[in-house]
Amino acid sequence: MSEIVRIENLHKSFDKLDVLKGIDLSVSAGETIVLLGSSGSGKSTMLRCVNFMEVPSDGRIYLHGDLIGSEQNGRMNYRESELCTLRTRIGMVFQHFNLFPHMTVEQNVMEGQLTVLKRSQTEARDKARAQLERVGLADKALEYPARLSGGQKQRVAIARALAMDPDVMLFDEVTSALDPELVGEVLKTMRQLAEEGMTMLVVTHELGFAYHVANRVLFLSDGAILEQGEPQQVLKAPKTKRMREFLDGHSLFKLPD
Amino acid sequence: MNHSWDFATIFQNWPVLWVGLKGTLFIFLVTVVLGLAGGLVVGVCRYAKSQALKWPAMAFVEVFRNTPVLVQIIWFYYAFPILTGIEVNPFLAAVLGISLNTMAFSAEIYRAGIQSVEPGQWEAGKAIGMTYNQTLRRIILPVAIKRVLPALTNRGIEVFKMSTLASVVAYVETLNQAKLIADLNFNPIEAYTAVAVIFFVVLYPVVQGTYVLERILRKSD
Amino acid sequence: MVEWDFLAVFADFDLLMTGLLNTLKVTGLALLFGVPLGLAFALMRLSTNRPLSMIAAFIIEFFRTTPPLVQLFWFFFALPILIDVRMTPFIAAVVTFSIQSSAFFAEIFRGGIQSIDKGQWEGAKAIGMSYSQSMKRIILPQAVKRMIPAFMERSIELLKTTTLVSTVAYADLMFQANDLAQKTFRPLEVYTVVAVMYFVLIFVFSQLSIAVERRLARSGESTVH
Repeated sequence: MSEIVRIENLHKSFDKLDVLKGIDLSVSAGETIVLLGSSGSGKSTMLRCVNFMEVPSDGRIYLHGDLIGSEQNGRMNYRESELCTLRTRIGMVFQHFNLFPHMTVEQNVMEGQLTVLKRSQTEARDKARAQLERVGLADKALEYPARLSGGQKQRVAIARALAMDPDVMLFDEVTSALDPELVGEVLKTMRQLAEEGMTMLVVTHELGFAYHVANRVLFLSDGAILEQGEPQQVLKAPKTKRMREFLDGHSLFKLPD
Repeated sequence: MNHSWDFATIFQNWPVLWVGLKGTLFIFLVTVVLGLAGGLVVGVCRYAKSQALKWPAMAFVEVFRNTPVLVQIIWFYYAFPILTGIEVNPFLAAVLGISLNTMAFSAEIYRAGIQSVEPGQWEAGKAIGMTYNQTLRRIILPVAIKRVLPALTNRGIEVFKMSTLASVVAYVETLNQAKLIADLNFNPIEAYTAVAVIFFVVLYPVVQGTYVLERILRKSD
Repeated sequence: MVEWDFLAVFADFDLLMTGLLNTLKVTGLALLFGVPLGLAFALMRLSTNRPLSMIAAFIIEFFRTTPPLVQLFWFFFALPILIDVRMTPFIAAVVTFSIQSSAFFAEIFRGGIQSIDKGQWEGAKAIGMSYSQSMKRIILPQAVKRMIPAFMERSIELLKTTTLVSTVAYADLMFQANDLAQKTFRPLEVYTVVAVMYFVLIFVFSQLSIAVERRLARSGESTVH
């Protein structure tokens, strides 16, 4: 399978605090990778470095084998325009949706297509309708986000990211801000995407999703990858004490026997 | 731009400017004290249950907030004496205009402060047997005034700037004296620049202080 | 008892109407130039370029902390010496109040922009929008809506402050009143009528702004994540 994203020796520190201490990862096309870890383990920061919402302190990131940024005197330099283009190819969905409240659902999904990709109104609208259809919200196209439930908002946010035709999608704790009864519809949409062959990096606390959908599970602890492998192996037979403690903390999750 | 700046004439005329500065400071102190203290009275009346207190206070606030302060000063200087037979000098006209205007603005600030205090505070006062006035004075106002302190400081800054309007009726203050210096020495650039700098130097630290005050109050609340 | 006599005032009422129009003209032009200038200062102030941001901060603070009358005198009496321009009361008035109000508008813009949830920037960034695209399409449209009450309050303050232009002999309502008072020897009536005119004008604008504010509050200017 062809490699889409490669991360080499990724470091990130905020002021004096080292959050990521050298992460290596290769993501192949069609893979769904779930990042697990307790809060403060660096999993969200790692995700945010992939599309440069946070600029890495050190390390290299490749998309389709092309190095992002340019190296000068041993330091990486990133041009803002390069990063903007990169972000159109890497979709991201947030914990708090970040929908634009002054635009309708359809306009939200069209916005990036119009201003960044410079697609025509007709093309953007057709695409928006198709993506809303895909997440099951075609009938909400003309509503404002304020009228939607949390789960619906999150599915609009997914459609907005998909409309850019990204090569890979990042999900940053997308169900954490939802009422429990709304989590299911969002996870279902994500599962459907994974089955359609979308490449996905997912930070979540939903171990069930990790178990049933992921091809690979990473467990981050203290800014480094502590364990990784197939979900059946990592979740059922953790090798490290940390990972066992982490799984014990999620008592609600019952692994199928 | 071939003007050669020459501030020497300003320094030579320093005593003239100094008289103006004292005039500015004096009228500022009088108007800020009258305005903020009077505003408290009007603000409390504006909030009162008694219609006889509430309506006059409201009318006062509306009239003085909705007319320009310069119109008020001029009116007190030229029209008020005819109406009342009371002689009005420039100082009195400016003090009346600026303080009444400040009273109206600060009344609204105090009222907002009083309204921001939780109704539970009134009930707590009542529950331990305090009268309306006791509760207002001992429980509500201390909290309310603390909360609106930054807004009152901002009003004070406005009053200080407003004091220059007294020059329009020829009260001797900084701008008036600068005009005098400019007319005598033909150096309006230096004279008016000096006044601008003086106001900036005096008020800039106060403005920064207000920001600090806001931050402290936000934390302590 | 004073005998009020408004006849002389109303005989020359068109003088006051001309003044009123000029007052509105100066206010309108100051808004026309002051609002875009204020936005420019706010964007400079928020810029990550430190010298640019500090220059903007200085201009904003300077024009907020110096009395408008001093600024007016400076632009009217001092500027023509510094740069060779023929200064008229009208130009001095428009220049002074455009810059003076822009300093206040800049702070209103900045407050509005900073009040927008950080997630909005992230949402825009994540679909590849640049800083200026995000500002123009996502942040400003939301910020402007929140700014409207403060914006209207400032505009009313501006309308009141324009009375100062009478001191450099621009024929606004205040100046025309002085003129008429001297002509008719009826300062009591003239200044009372003018005070009432200002009151009506400003009161109407204030009520309008309160009504708009209420409507905005009701339309639930919600920040939806």
